[in-house]
Amino acid sequence: MNSALSIKDNAYIQEDEMRINGKLWTIILISLFSLTLMASPAFADGSAEASNGHAWWFWPLVLLIVTFIMGILAVLGGVGGGVLFVPIISGFFPFHLDFVRGTGLLVALSGALAAGPGLLKMNLASLRLAIPVALIASTCAIIGAMIGLALPTNVIQISLGITILGICVLMLTAKKSTVPDVPQADRLSSALRICGVYQEASTGEIIDWKIHRTPMGLALFIIIGLMAGMFGLGAGWANVPALNLLMGAPLKISVATSKFLLSITDTSAAWIYMNKGCVIPMMVVPSLVGIMLGSFVGVRLLKIAKPTFIRWMVIGILAFAGAKALSKGLGF
Amino acid sequence: MSEKQPAMLEASPEQVLYARILEIGMYLGLLVLFVTFGLYAFGIVDPYIPLDKISNYWSMNVNDYLKHAEIKAGWAWLGMLKYGDFINFIGVAMLAGVTIFCYAAIVPTLLKNNDKVYAILAVLEVIILSAAASGILAVGH
Repeated sequence: MNSALSIKDNAYIQEDEMRINGKLWTIILISLFSLTLMASPAFADGSAEASNGHAWWFWPLVLLIVTFIMGILAVLGGVGGGVLFVPIISGFFPFHLDFVRGTGLLVALSGALAAGPGLLKMNLASLRLAIPVALIASTCAIIGAMIGLALPTNVIQISLGITILGICVLMLTAKKSTVPDVPQADRLSSALRICGVYQEASTGEIIDWKIHRTPMGLALFIIIGLMAGMFGLGAGWANVPALNLLMGAPLKISVATSKFLLSITDTSAAWIYMNKGCVIPMMVVPSLVGIMLGSFVGVRLLKIAKPTFIRWMVIGILAFAGAKALSKGLGF
Repeated sequence: MSEKQPAMLEASPEQVLYARILEIGMYLGLLVLFVTFGLYAFGIVDPYIPLDKISNYWSMNVNDYLKHAEIKAGWAWLGMLKYGDFINFIGVAMLAGVTIFCYAAIVPTLLKNNDKVYAILAVLEVIILSAAASGILAVGH
């Protein structure tokens, strides 16, 4: 029940945002990418084979299709695209983990940039809540990215596999609270005036919110930032429970602020990966287009899909990808 | 810090300003990224790494890729904008850089509202993100 509620809340926010930008995006993305792929001279020239036995466009095309499906599943499963992208693409594609992490961060960043303005304007994402949290998370994401790029690839693969399996456990066990009970705001959040008001669209109810356990919450974002930078995962899977369950922000505020937060956390880590050279445009653009188009379709499918089943499927896929990352790192 | 005020249903002025700049930067960044990718993939602008050779590189780790492709890391791409693959970095840099401008833009509003703590936090974030963007925080395997 809780997971169904969270998916609906998540979808509500995304649907509002998508409605604003949907038509424009669809026209731009479909026309640009279909034109690009279909009319490219190299696309027609199947003889241009690379060393791995496929034409150069084979893997970018598969990447586009897979990220499109991933975009649908991410919306229906109530998770971010970034968390699916890194384990699946690094596990089953020929791309090195360095480029997959760089691309994964840009995928998560683009999704957050697309959703951020609408969420801020609707006052669902709270800038006052995000600013202190983002300062800690983005600083630690830089450190995480530097550690991630300095460690041997197999160590990162093993850690990634363990993290993904941990996320599966978190998704299976974490409860969510629509409006958590916060008897009293703590001193730090009172001093920073982290509070707000929003109107619940489904009931028209005005909800006053405040937060507690702020120092503990901020400390948790040290770990969240480190992991986001190290694995290029995005961090919505950790942001939402931290904001909602630990700090007591309402679920809608948590989901929206988490999405916006990614635009700051992932920016800092993305720069480290980009400056290191971990960005290959032929991987980045098909991934961005695939995820975005998939998200549009996913939002529309949400009305007819069975969210509980999809969520189980997403957890299953993640567990499989996590096990694959682990086995790859261990050399099996 | 300003006096305590009741929270409002509407977004604060600095939040709206941040959202506007983020929106413009996001649209411009994506537009530039898709247009430059079109120029690259259509073969209108010749790439540094030929399209049929790109798959030889993406399975290497980043150090080997840079070494074999003879590419310099960091902001060296600015000197390679005549190549179709490197013009794509303009859009990527715009997407990754817009947040810095958003933060810088809200500082005057925060100071005007006597919200000194948040103004300091915003300035710190600008410094952190600028340091990450500058390339001074270099790492290697």
